[in-house]
Amino acid sequence: MSREHLAVRAQGLTKRYGKTHALAGLDLAVPAGTVYGLLGPNGAGKTTAVRILATLAAPDQGSATVAGYDVVTEAEQVRRSIGLAGQHAAVDEGITGRENLQLVGRFHHLGAREARRRSAELLERFGLAQVADRLVRTYSGGQRRRLDLIACLVTSPPVLFLDEPTTGLDPRSRGEIWDAVRELTGTGTTVLLTTQYLDEADRLADQVLVIGQGRAIADGPPDRLKASIGARVEVAVGNVAELPAAARVLAALTGGEPQTDADRLLVSVVSLPGCEVSLPRLVRALDEDGVAARDVALRTPTLDDVFLALTGDAGPGAGISDAGISDAGVGDAAVGDAGVAAEVAA
Amino acid sequence: MSVATPGTVRRPALGSRRRSRTDPLADALTSTRRVLLHYRHSPGLMAASLVVPVVMVVVFGYVFGSAMRVPGGNYREFLMPGLFAMVSVNGVMPTMVGAARDLDRGAADRIRSMPVSRFGVLLGTALADLLVSTVVLALLAVVGLLVGWQAHRGFGDALAGFGLLLLFRFVMTWLGTCLGLAAGREEVAGQLAILTFPIGMVTNTFVPTGGLPGWLRVIAEWNPISSVVAGARQLFGNPAGSGQGWPLHHPVAATLLWSALLIAVCGPLAVRSYQQHGR
Repeated sequence: MSREHLAVRAQGLTKRYGKTHALAGLDLAVPAGTVYGLLGPNGAGKTTAVRILATLAAPDQGSATVAGYDVVTEAEQVRRSIGLAGQHAAVDEGITGRENLQLVGRFHHLGAREARRRSAELLERFGLAQVADRLVRTYSGGQRRRLDLIACLVTSPPVLFLDEPTTGLDPRSRGEIWDAVRELTGTGTTVLLTTQYLDEADRLADQVLVIGQGRAIADGPPDRLKASIGARVEVAVGNVAELPAAARVLAALTGGEPQTDADRLLVSVVSLPGCEVSLPRLVRALDEDGVAARDVALRTPTLDDVFLALTGDAGPGAGISDAGISDAGVGDAAVGDAGVAAEVAA
Repeated sequence: MSVATPGTVRRPALGSRRRSRTDPLADALTSTRRVLLHYRHSPGLMAASLVVPVVMVVVFGYVFGSAMRVPGGNYREFLMPGLFAMVSVNGVMPTMVGAARDLDRGAADRIRSMPVSRFGVLLGTALADLLVSTVVLALLAVVGLLVGWQAHRGFGDALAGFGLLLLFRFVMTWLGTCLGLAAGREEVAGQLAILTFPIGMVTNTFVPTGGLPGWLRVIAEWNPISSVVAGARQLFGNPAGSGQGWPLHHPVAATLLWSALLIAVCGPLAVRSYQQHGR
């Protein structure tokens, strides 16, 4: 793809902090007007990559362009072309939301009147008009993130970097951020977003790059990624004695290796690609083996599952998955069209 | 899910892609506005920087001052220029904490991802600090007048005296920014800031240096804060107390030299550290 069709392009980026190789030769290419998901656990190098692309850090080796400008030698032009939001680019808490946006406009030299007009428009459009003149420290988590997001829209930059825009948010706020991002992408803006959640990448991104330990592990459209992994099946049982039987049923049906969690009375497995599991069949099979399931669910695989499937090891982020029966709120929100959750009367 | 439809990258309207320029002055004004907005929403911040000197007026001016005698005049007249200087010196604390907090909480990253002059941002903070300190100094001067302090050498010298104090406040901003950025974290900067107190005490602020033991006297006489205090006393025509050494005999010149030296060191260091942090 020719250079002008790529909004973001990186080649062989490396970055070390002390002895840690934050990036170990990362390549990426984001076509203009698309949403690109950088998926990886904590410490995978996502934030380092974004910092380099946003001109906040310099790569040790390799090069990158954003909107056609080199991030090192043409940093100033890059800064005119981007917006940065997320965990490491915060709004000021001690002033109001409106003031935050106006300051961004002024720092971009929009002029006072235009900064005011644009701020008012964004606050209205993203549902923050009611709280616009309140101090940001009084905002809810979701309102803060939305403000954070629209702060980088004040100048309508062609390229946006969203660094874990929904980490730590409740499902409802997460949905609001997703809606906002989707609204942007309708306007031709290129978005590079980092996330720890496969379902988030699935919902938003046209292309996903899975990274771990500073390297690309896999890339492609989310559907293909998911298809290469299979679905996550979880069964909750009534008592410990039923766990082995449930595990046997799951192994037989999915071809995977079930994990048993005795504390949560939970058996989970990621099905092998091609081993389609239907809920009715699963429920019947469990019933025939005398397992009284409290809950049965097919879910989007977690990041841990992705790593397990793609790299064969448990993944550096073992334990970060939060799409489980025990926190059904997040889990249910995470179930996309690929997943079905069902309550089964015991 | 939308299908990936490659388009061309929109370029922001900025004319040529030759060397770009930033506008330090415009960025400085925006940065000043940002700090002042914080003060507007937290009037307590400004009150806090006034409370300490006012408490000192009572504690030193009346409690300790009742037993203090300085040659050539009233103790409270001797004290007030010291407390004015204290406003300048203590200003280093909020500046340090503010600089570290901006790094800590990501505000610095957001600002630095925009096409802004790094120097402009820091200059703006310094200007805001200066404005706030001007207000605090003015209020403290009124308190001073109420307790019997006066400037005796006319309007011009009085103005020069406050100019000297504000110059030192400006110097303290660059020092504070430097230290705050070096600390990098809000709590670290807060703990470091406490060191301001002993440094501010080993001076001629509350007592003339003449009576201090030898080694401590030398430190106090060469402490830049002593130069500022002595310089202000001279310009206001307030009692100077006893003091020796070149800086106390030429306090205004000493203050100007200290200021030039500190800005020459801390200014570039602060800008560099703001540019480089996290790179």
